[in-house]
Amino acid sequence: MPSCRESTRLMSEARERPLSVRERMALRMHLAVCSGCRRFNRQIDVLREASRRFSLLDGDVRFPDDKDPQS
Amino acid sequence: MSEPDKSRDAADHLQNPAFIADLRRQMLRFARLQLDDAHLAEDVVQEALVSALKNVAAFRGQAAFKTWMFAILKHKIVDALRQRRRWVEPGRTVDEEAGDDEWLDRLFDGTGHWRAEELPRKWGDPERSFEDDQFWQVFAACLDGLPPRQGRTFMMREFLDLDAEEMCKVLGISQTNLHVTLHRARLRLRVCLENHWFGEVR
Repeated sequence: MPSCRESTRLMSEARERPLSVRERMALRMHLAVCSGCRRFNRQIDVLREASRRFSLLDGDVRFPDDKDPQS
Repeated sequence: MSEPDKSRDAADHLQNPAFIADLRRQMLRFARLQLDDAHLAEDVVQEALVSALKNVAAFRGQAAFKTWMFAILKHKIVDALRQRRRWVEPGRTVDEEAGDDEWLDRLFDGTGHWRAEELPRKWGDPERSFEDDQFWQVFAACLDGLPPRQGRTFMMREFLDLDAEEMCKVLGISQTNLHVTLHRARLRLRVCLENHWFGEVR
């Protein structure tokens, strides 16, 4: 069974390439018993979603007639 | 919170010098991060602004001017990355990774398991965080805190949405190297967000 370190590598790579059957099975076995890695798996999707929305929600560019909330 | 006046025509915004200066500054910061080349970043931002002016009629009816503007910039950056392919020096990838192994050893013990204090914790509802301006400040700071090449690679994948094959060509690196870089970027970014945001806000 893969370690956590190895499992995080597989979870990360799964976002760029399809895992092999063997890799998928190994990862599934690990995730069944490791809550930390299950969280990691969900959280890297949160990172992805945040990155997609990032610059679009960056508050730095404002329309000229906006009120400045900071000052 | 004040709402941007969405009824105003985009053309008005593009003719307002103060607004353009602000927008350009913001776009430049972003393009520099992605391209690691100040001159190329200037060119790309200029092209994006010209293209926006030319196509301003297409903006009508869309939700946010900024979203539209950044979508144009994103396309220009991807074009620039594709054209630049041949200039990339592959040698510089190695240094940054060397010092990174130590950092990884702080997360995992000798058998490769999470150290107790590094075990990922439960995060609150991300959607709620996405609505919070402060979250985006933390997110930006965490991105800035990544080793530069990791940050650029991560955003190329997750924001510019290039696939792995194309990224290897653009960056002049192997698939293995790409996987290693993205794995490390994700580990680091996750830790940073947990320490500075999700660990405190539920």
